[in-house]
Amino acid sequence: MKKRVIRFFTNYDKEEQWLNEMAAQGWHLMDYVWGRYLFQKGKPGEYIYRIQLLENPIDHKDSAAYLEFLEEAGIETVASSLRWVYLRKKAAEGPFELFSDRESRIAHYQRIILMLLPLAIVNLLFGLRIFSDDSAISVLNLAAAAAMAIPITRYRKKIAKLERERLIRE
Amino acid sequence: MAPEEQGALTEAVFYILLALHQPLHGYGIMQGVQELTENRVVLGPGTLYGALNTLVEKGWIEPLAGPENSRRKEYVITERGKAVFQQELARLEELVRHGKLVQRSAAHEKARD
Repeated sequence: MKKRVIRFFTNYDKEEQWLNEMAAQGWHLMDYVWGRYLFQKGKPGEYIYRIQLLENPIDHKDSAAYLEFLEEAGIETVASSLRWVYLRKKAAEGPFELFSDRESRIAHYQRIILMLLPLAIVNLLFGLRIFSDDSAISVLNLAAAAAMAIPITRYRKKIAKLERERLIRE
Repeated sequence: MAPEEQGALTEAVFYILLALHQPLHGYGIMQGVQELTENRVVLGPGTLYGALNTLVEKGWIEPLAGPENSRRKEYVITERGKAVFQQELARLEELVRHGKLVQRSAAHEKARD
């Protein structure tokens, strides 16, 4: 049994949480294309899902090398979208966290911010009608800029929290 | 050794260098460290992959030329890596020595009271 769900997330950690809630009910992500999630019914809780933004596009050789490295560790690449990858591992094989220290978590959040920030700025500039006078489109640009500002703020807060900890503990 | 090579190593880097005193591939490092520390240190694959690349760039470890078409890349510690590891071990021993000294003198005070 399969089902298709259309949803849009601005925060990848919320998206990841949702995928794991679906997996707990036995709905396992099989594919993802632009907001359309394809799930297949299976054993509840069989997989743990994680989402990661890679440094390079999916067809880059470094990305391929990384995904092969994950495969060795029993981690399957379910889907990809631009530089995002949807990963899963059998829950029976133990816990599944991509990052085990603060530095690599901070680096991942920073990578996401670096990807979102230029897009947010371009949308903001168009939204403020600096380049064009079309007000209908500028509203959409403003909305897009706001949709990106939310996760950027959230990730910045997370980084700040992790960095405070860094003063005390490795 | 350059000053930037004298700070404390992260736990992940310490255990990667330790594990690579024998040639291992990425997954082998994860398993080895997990077994040795009885599941206390579980290296995330994202963290490990990033650390391996950085350590290769620094020349502390090197990839081994494996058999042709081999997908599993094996790594091993270099002489430079061994020197860094020894230096870190000496630093850790100093910490433990100082810690125990305080512990002993505290016990001594208590016995006198």
